[in-house]
Amino acid sequence: MIFEAMLFYLFAAVMIGAALGVVFAKNPVHSVMFLVLTFFNAAILWLMAEAEFLAIVLVLVYVGAVMVLFLFVIMMLEVNVEAVKRGLTRYAPLAIAIALIMVIELIQLIWLRSRDVQISSSFAPNPEGYENTKALGAVLYTEHVYAFEIAAVILLLAIVAAITLTMRKRPGLKVQDISKQVSVRAKDRIRIVKMDAEKKQ
Amino acid sequence: MTGLIPQFLVDTWNSLPPMVQYVTLSSFKILIVLIGVVLVVAYSTYFERKVIGSMQARVGPNRVGPLGLLQPFADVFKLLFKEVIIPSESNRFLFVIAPLLSLIPALATWAVIPMNDTFVIADINAGLLYVLALTSVGVYGVILAGWATNSKYAFLGAMRSAAQIVAYEIAMGFALVGVLMAGGSLNLGDIVEAQSGGLSNWFLVPLFPLFLVYWISGVAETNRAPFDVAEGESEIVAGFHVEYSGVAFALFFLAEYANMVLIAALTSIFFFGGWASPFEGWTFLGDSFLREGSFFWFFAKICLFMYTFFWLRATFPRYRYDQIMRLGWKVFIPVTIVWIAVESVMAWMRVGPWSGLAG
Repeated sequence: MIFEAMLFYLFAAVMIGAALGVVFAKNPVHSVMFLVLTFFNAAILWLMAEAEFLAIVLVLVYVGAVMVLFLFVIMMLEVNVEAVKRGLTRYAPLAIAIALIMVIELIQLIWLRSRDVQISSSFAPNPEGYENTKALGAVLYTEHVYAFEIAAVILLLAIVAAITLTMRKRPGLKVQDISKQVSVRAKDRIRIVKMDAEKKQ
Repeated sequence: MTGLIPQFLVDTWNSLPPMVQYVTLSSFKILIVLIGVVLVVAYSTYFERKVIGSMQARVGPNRVGPLGLLQPFADVFKLLFKEVIIPSESNRFLFVIAPLLSLIPALATWAVIPMNDTFVIADINAGLLYVLALTSVGVYGVILAGWATNSKYAFLGAMRSAAQIVAYEIAMGFALVGVLMAGGSLNLGDIVEAQSGGLSNWFLVPLFPLFLVYWISGVAETNRAPFDVAEGESEIVAGFHVEYSGVAFALFFLAEYANMVLIAALTSIFFFGGWASPFEGWTFLGDSFLREGSFFWFFAKICLFMYTFFWLRATFPRYRYDQIMRLGWKVFIPVTIVWIAVESVMAWMRVGPWSGLAG
């Protein structure tokens, strides 16, 4: 399929360009928007590989929730652009070293897989009536159920930890108890007194 | 039907490759839905002003055209001919692109909404997930507009809106988990099919608390009264779109109303049986069209929820911001979690109205 290959290379090129934009953009808010574009292109590539569940969840979780909070924080921070720019050249050798290691690992992985598995056969199109979401769920809740549960417990632990770290009560602070405010009734606040009309003197 | 179309047109259509046929047909469907949504949005502004007018014992718009019916077009042309002013200290690119970013997700979600049992642009398996993903993307327009304007009021509005949308999205997502368990599918068409068989089979009955949470969260998600603190005219002028004028403002306006129609459509699909008729089992009605599911019913349900939007706006005073946050995080999320547990136990034990659920 020449058309699909063209689409793949188009979206892959946009994705790489956007990823470079994340690193080189001067404005941190622009960087975040480039990262959003990168995620969208990654989602499209997954859609083309018939992994619709992963693609939609990537947009839902990363674009819809994580990046919104990111943007929230970055807008509040007023990042000093000059300091960040200096950091780019200072940490460049380390970054290049890490990138090289990752590229070597990826090449090794592809080489290992290509020795015993025919790449073209492992990417055969899915049969009619195949549901990516259902297939994923069937594996997650049967074969890998323990790993799945452990991951869920770790996430719950993270939520509890984050809440306990930020929950602090400063003494002497005046706070409103909203449930008390909501449940207040008129007779708690005003008293209606019945009295006789007074005579004119 | 075949007599109406000349033979040579049918022949040319059949001679086209299937790819071209598919693209043409899809574009045609998209055009129909797009024009329909924009028209509904235009007339819902008229509807809103008439409804609120009558609730406040006023007349509402009645000058342009018969009964004021051309008022929406007059408003649109006024906005189109106004100058778009871009503040000099703003971030020009993000300022211009922000209204588009809020409008595109609002319109793109209509791709998976089934209008009746045959008409849907993209009948995808993970339709419900797609709806959740795209509605969560809409917040970018608001945040970027507030930031790019470079004004304190706009920024405050954007921050309020972002926190509010993130809070209520979680409650909405949990409410949809209940719908997904009841329908046994992520496909919106299948969810509607699961509710066929009249009023008592709608998910409104077994999932009533989830319906309340979803609907109120939907009102909060679209920044409508009584949750319209992102605009808050009395506190922060007009919030995130304070510096927008002309067409740019019109796009924000269009996005807000398109989102309202979308929430109305989604609520009717998830809890009110979408295009299904409420009188399906009522044999004494005879062979009336009222007993059959059709686009008519879907549209009627959308109108009902749009009316409720305006009713809420005319009735309730604005919520205080910390109370909005409390309602989202401390009331709605626990309610949805408890009801999902109740639903799964009841469906498993086969009790009451839950016994028919797929879960």
